[in-house]
Amino acid sequence: MAYGPHTPDDRERMLAALGIASVDDLFTDVPEPVRARGIDLPDGLTEQELVVHLQRLAHRNQVDHVDFTGGGVYRHHIPPVVDQILLRSEFYTAYTPYQPEVSQGTLQSIYEFESLVGELMGMDVVSASHYDGAAATAEAALMACRATRRERVLVSAAVHPHYRETLATYFHAGDLRLDEIPLVVDGPAAGTTDLVVLERLLADPDAPVAGVVVANPSFVGLLEPMAEAARLAHSSGALLVAVVEPVSLSVLAPPGEYGADIAAGEGQPLGMPPQYGGPYLGLLASTEALVRQIPGRLVGMTTDVDGRRAFVMTLRAREQDIRREKAASNICTNQALCALAASVHLAAIGPHGLRDMAAMGAARAAELEAALAVAGAPRMHPGPYLNEFAVRVRDPRGVHRALLARGVVAGIVLADAAPDRPELADGLLVCATEVTTSADIAAFAGAMAAVLGAPAAAAEGVAR
Amino acid sequence: MSGSVTPEAAAAAAQLGAIPEGLSVPPGAGPSLQPTIFELSRPGRGGGKVAHPPADALDRIPASALRAAPPGLPELDEPTVARHYVNLSRLNYSIDTGFYPLGSCTMKYNPKVDEWAARLRGFASLHPFAPDETAQGTLQLLWELEEALAAISGMAAVTLQPAAGAQGELTGILMVRAYHRARGDADRTEVLVPDTAHGTNPATASMAGFTTVSIPSAPDGGVDLEAFRAALGPRTAAIMITNPSTYGLFERRVVELLEMTHAAGALAYMDGANLNAIMGHFRPGDAGFDVMHFNVHKTFSTPHGGGGPGAGPVGVGVSLTPFLPSPRILREPDGTFRLERPGERPASIGRMRSFVGNVGVLVRAYAYILAHGGPGLTRVSEDAVLAANYLRRRVGESFEIPFDRTCMHEFIASAAALKRETGIRTLDVAKRLIDHGFHPPTIYFPLTIEEGMLIEPTETESVETLDAFADALAAIAREAREAPHLVTAAPTTAPVRRLDEAAAARQPNLRWRPAAGSVTPCPE
Repeated sequence: MAYGPHTPDDRERMLAALGIASVDDLFTDVPEPVRARGIDLPDGLTEQELVVHLQRLAHRNQVDHVDFTGGGVYRHHIPPVVDQILLRSEFYTAYTPYQPEVSQGTLQSIYEFESLVGELMGMDVVSASHYDGAAATAEAALMACRATRRERVLVSAAVHPHYRETLATYFHAGDLRLDEIPLVVDGPAAGTTDLVVLERLLADPDAPVAGVVVANPSFVGLLEPMAEAARLAHSSGALLVAVVEPVSLSVLAPPGEYGADIAAGEGQPLGMPPQYGGPYLGLLASTEALVRQIPGRLVGMTTDVDGRRAFVMTLRAREQDIRREKAASNICTNQALCALAASVHLAAIGPHGLRDMAAMGAARAAELEAALAVAGAPRMHPGPYLNEFAVRVRDPRGVHRALLARGVVAGIVLADAAPDRPELADGLLVCATEVTTSADIAAFAGAMAAVLGAPAAAAEGVAR
Repeated sequence: MSGSVTPEAAAAAAQLGAIPEGLSVPPGAGPSLQPTIFELSRPGRGGGKVAHPPADALDRIPASALRAAPPGLPELDEPTVARHYVNLSRLNYSIDTGFYPLGSCTMKYNPKVDEWAARLRGFASLHPFAPDETAQGTLQLLWELEEALAAISGMAAVTLQPAAGAQGELTGILMVRAYHRARGDADRTEVLVPDTAHGTNPATASMAGFTTVSIPSAPDGGVDLEAFRAALGPRTAAIMITNPSTYGLFERRVVELLEMTHAAGALAYMDGANLNAIMGHFRPGDAGFDVMHFNVHKTFSTPHGGGGPGAGPVGVGVSLTPFLPSPRILREPDGTFRLERPGERPASIGRMRSFVGNVGVLVRAYAYILAHGGPGLTRVSEDAVLAANYLRRRVGESFEIPFDRTCMHEFIASAAALKRETGIRTLDVAKRLIDHGFHPPTIYFPLTIEEGMLIEPTETESVETLDAFADALAAIAREAREAPHLVTAAPTTAPVRRLDEAAAARQPNLRWRPAAGSVTPCPE
């Protein structure tokens, strides 16, 4: 099916106005040797056929398992009002608000997004928006290099592996140096960023450090010593880039509280379904001092010629369409509608609801930890966590497969997701949120016990 | 836009705190300015969305890791939230409310079935770390979309990972760099970019560590071959060409440009932003382009969302296939699909972002391509080009057309003569179009055209709409001569009039600061 309005008569009328006989006459600038004749794809489907085909494909995905998968993307309750607002086509069929007089809806919603995320993160300036948590982290690290005029960044090995890989791609592109901060091997801080090594890496006078990138919670869910990392970074003139998860910030110390200069993160938990990888929402925020280094759109408050309060894109001299090769980034299209989703989600759920989400996830996770330990899958690390943690099992791939056959997705096989961290090779990464139920936990623990050969009844008893 | 702001509503919105207690929206019919969501907050409102956790839920977290004070987020009941955002939406111009001829942006109608498809639970609820065997529907869709984009473009392989056109550009240019380095050809440090290019092209070249060399245009609007030849050399890594160009013209010397590029050992990148003009008539891969990106939010009609999200798949020729970002989507001999594992293809440039891409956007693009099929997509481009040429002819009745020859899907008009005669600038014409009920075209781009307007009607606008737009431009040209104050004061019917952008930049106010103590403490 086609969506255009043109009837054969309409086309004839336009051709006649142009004084040509055929639409082919409009393509004569395409040199004959490279002229194509159609596209080798089948005929189009009717809408009815398309609907059936898409339903069949969607049905081939299995999304009804009891699922404990996190790893940077979390299932949460999304208030239906969020999608109802996203379906307002005045929002979703508008373009970037280059003409502010007819874009005040988008512009004010972006200003509110900057304000809401600023509150959550405790940061002054919020960019609206970046592609995802990984790209936002890469932009944050590049920003640290521009701001300090240094060319080396340290990233904790406990940062999400996709983020570290993306950082490596972007840093390789810019001929910048990226070094990894190893993790504490054993003791109560095992699995967290090794501050002793960090101090040593920062002390190299021949390779001054622009920024230190640490995630809280880390990829395996551990809480990191962010204030100490900030102090160490600052003492050598480097900036701290905090990679954070927004729902957790309703209970955990925000980046602004422990002295982060730049905060980055994945906004997906604020109203976006998992949808196999995107579209999500790259969060990027900074202190006031870095406002002219931050890439991406910024919307500010101003007035119109009649003195009415209004909103407009501002500080545009950082952007590619103005500065071209000297721009802070090449970003143009961003994730504006996802930023709207985050705003509506925060507005609908409110500060207390957001805290309830985070705290309920923590409560369910503690319940899950206890149940899995009884089932024979104890935690890998001793330190505190919020709602996600790694458990140790023999043959995690085999266990994961066996649990899937029992209707449970046992989180993430760390040997597959983070193959560069051999110490995690016998780990499964699992999470709980407010949508996890005690029945889910009992089912998981029971299946785990059965697969591992532990006494299932005991495991289920704890879960209940 | 219809309806103007009532003085009462304007006053209410202009003065902070002027909203009566408990009233979420200032009085007045029609779209009016709105208080910020922070001003609507009242302590104690909202709640009931999720269950309360046990009181001791956070006791096991060290106090030093916890937040000292709760974030100052607004407290709102759901009716107020819904009304706030619906009323904000009414301040926007959008494709679904009117003609949006924004050149270079391809603002075509966004089919509703595509929105429906992306929300199907099987697609929306699938976790990106899901085991391959549970993700076969989405993996098949993505694999087939790659195949379709390859058929449309003539490229050998496609990655869907880049989140937007600009990230697609970076992906492509990083593959070019990897290609040269793999051959030990590390001295190629320059990328040639025509002066008409989108700003993303030179910005991308910089991010990838290259120096941009700007190439001027010839009088006919194409690349100046002599200037191009002079700039091309052993230091050239790639050329980046937007074809059709941002003048809306097909690059007639494309064969020569590609021959010269390859003879110099460089690679050719095609910015596919304007693919909507050429589907079924030109396949970049067949012509010899080595790499290109697609803007699915343009050509394949995924919504622009007020600035995103889009997706920027990249197609490559055989020489660049080894360098594609990871993970690729693979089809096994038994017909099942899987994701490439980390490290499986060492030559890859690596990851551009997390996971496989903006899948929800790609579902929409897939649905759009299936609805049209090969013949339908060819017809899309033909109708887009026909509509643009028809509109070019009609707009030419009242404005200069700097390149008055057959255009592709868009064309440039100029108010330079009008400005000389009346002092009315393109900016004024654009703002006056708002009062006539239309979104303005792209203005002052490309930068090389004096008082330029880049007009792209797309294939989804009727002849009647095209005529009405041309008539409006003619009427504005008349107003510029007979009643210029109407044009310079415009817009007068939008929710706001022209803004003080200088003040916004001089003293940036980039976020609301809630008053201390405006949020109630969390209930125990």
